[in-house]
Amino acid sequence: MNTSSVKANEKSALFSLHARRALAYIVLTVLCFLCLFFFYVLAMNATHSHYEIQRGFNLLPGRDFMKNLSATLADSSLPVLKGIRNSLLISALSALLSIYFSALTAYGIYAYDFRLKKLAFTFIILIMSMPTQISALGFVRLIGRMGGTNHLWPLFLPAIASPTVFYFMIQYMKSSLPMEIVEAARIDGCSEFGTFNRVVLPLLKPAMAVQAIFSFVASWNNYFTPALILDSKNNPTLPILIATLRSKDVASLDMGSVYMLIAVAILPVILVYLLLSKFIVAGVTLGSVKG
Amino acid sequence: MTANRKKKTGGSVSYAKYGYFFIAPFFLSFLLFQLIPLASTVYYSFFSYFRDGRKWIGPTFAGLDNYRYLFSTDLPRYLGNTLVLWLIGFIPQILVSLLLAAWFTDYRLNLRGQSFFKTVIYMPNLIMASAFSMLFYTLFADSGPVNSVLRIVGVTQEGAPIRFFASILGTRGLIGLMNFLMWFGNTTILLMAAMMGVDSTLFEAAEIDGCTPRQIFFKITLPLIRPLLVYVLITSMIGGLQMFDVPQILTRGSGDPMRSAMTMIMYLNNHMFSRNYGRAGAVSTVLFLICGVLCVVVMRSLDSDRKEARQK
Repeated sequence: MNTSSVKANEKSALFSLHARRALAYIVLTVLCFLCLFFFYVLAMNATHSHYEIQRGFNLLPGRDFMKNLSATLADSSLPVLKGIRNSLLISALSALLSIYFSALTAYGIYAYDFRLKKLAFTFIILIMSMPTQISALGFVRLIGRMGGTNHLWPLFLPAIASPTVFYFMIQYMKSSLPMEIVEAARIDGCSEFGTFNRVVLPLLKPAMAVQAIFSFVASWNNYFTPALILDSKNNPTLPILIATLRSKDVASLDMGSVYMLIAVAILPVILVYLLLSKFIVAGVTLGSVKG
Repeated sequence: MTANRKKKTGGSVSYAKYGYFFIAPFFLSFLLFQLIPLASTVYYSFFSYFRDGRKWIGPTFAGLDNYRYLFSTDLPRYLGNTLVLWLIGFIPQILVSLLLAAWFTDYRLNLRGQSFFKTVIYMPNLIMASAFSMLFYTLFADSGPVNSVLRIVGVTQEGAPIRFFASILGTRGLIGLMNFLMWFGNTTILLMAAMMGVDSTLFEAAEIDGCTPRQIFFKITLPLIRPLLVYVLITSMIGGLQMFDVPQILTRGSGDPMRSAMTMIMYLNNHMFSRNYGRAGAVSTVLFLICGVLCVVVMRSLDSDRKEARQK
């Protein structure tokens, strides 16, 4: 090979690198546009009146934000405030229960040696991907017999057993909870339970924060189970309200308040996400196979 | 760590009982809210048990009647729908995610703004699926913004909008698009983590040997991230079997046009609301058996991961 052909090769390699980079940026831009566009339209439409929305896309904010908000909240056929309250309560309590008890379970398996340890771990991993819908029939009937129909507790108490949160916690402990700290606490006379609450839990804070968000969002977005337990007319959650809205005749709806309700369901999660995205994106990979 | 364990168990105090104390709440809650309900769900699947008007019929033992009925009527079709709807979302999702992950981890390409892109493409994963579906319904409705823009641009005529929800292709396509948007960011991030875990000297060696980027991707990257690919495939399949919110809201629970978007969980939901507990139980049991097999695959992939980590 003479020098000129080597140069030509390098040139074409450089060109193809530039071309590939340009292609990558174009594809990424298109995908980002797709991801953002619908939510942008949602945010904009929520600030416009019914008439303005009917004319097509509104790319700039309008002046009817407050009007739409009060129309949404005042709609007597949709108890929106109650829905927000229920959604917040269920999601917050689910998040708290799932992170505390998952951490407790993970610590029990991580820090102690007992006969059923291996079996318990394997069992949790086995049920980790099992959908909860498959036992919904038995669940609804059991809750009915326990007098829990139309109560909120059947929707957050089961969060005590959250296999995915457990898996995340035990992975985190393996990477950043040295047993020496636990030993030291024991020598200082701390009880086992006290060690967990006062020494171990504070060390797990970063993992718990990320999992609390995932857990909160999962139950905030959950539609299937709440729809089976709660009275959808008088005691809904936000997803149930969305379904009620969908069951109405579209022609009769004020689109401004329709978009406002969708925005109330979606945008708080997006706001929290944008504030904490760094931790959340980093947390995605921790709960899976390492390739 | 093993040394620590030995020291601990070698001492005079045994801490083993605390292990049981600490895992007890989890297992009690699981037993009460999932295992017992699952057992009774499977149990009811062998009974004829439903509400006829105001009267409850049964439960009377019916053997495999519920299963026979389901398999000879709609179940195979709805299982097929679920699979098709999943594939419409999953195929573009895995292809785009592989491409993006390969680009993001290619050090020669050196893409800027990676954390921005990752943040944006992951965002739809956290969106309430039912609200997202409602949003798509309003945007793509016959008199919605998409159609009014198509009319203004001149693609469609006045009074003849594209009726997305009247065609099988339109409805299934939009469901697939939503699933794609909600999941490709998540998959990209998982694949990136796996690709970054590959020993970089392998890439350098391949480059010195004159491999093209394409060869490196197919001959080195793909085979080495196979465990994660299996994990993504199986967990996504389980997620696909659970598909409910998006088609339920989009089609108002009907699965129309011609029930082409009726999924297994929507079918289950219908039996629950019409109070046919025998058939609801049988649909659940079929799903349980399928998911059970898939869960074993997931467990294996997570477990082998753990063993490898120990060997390292």
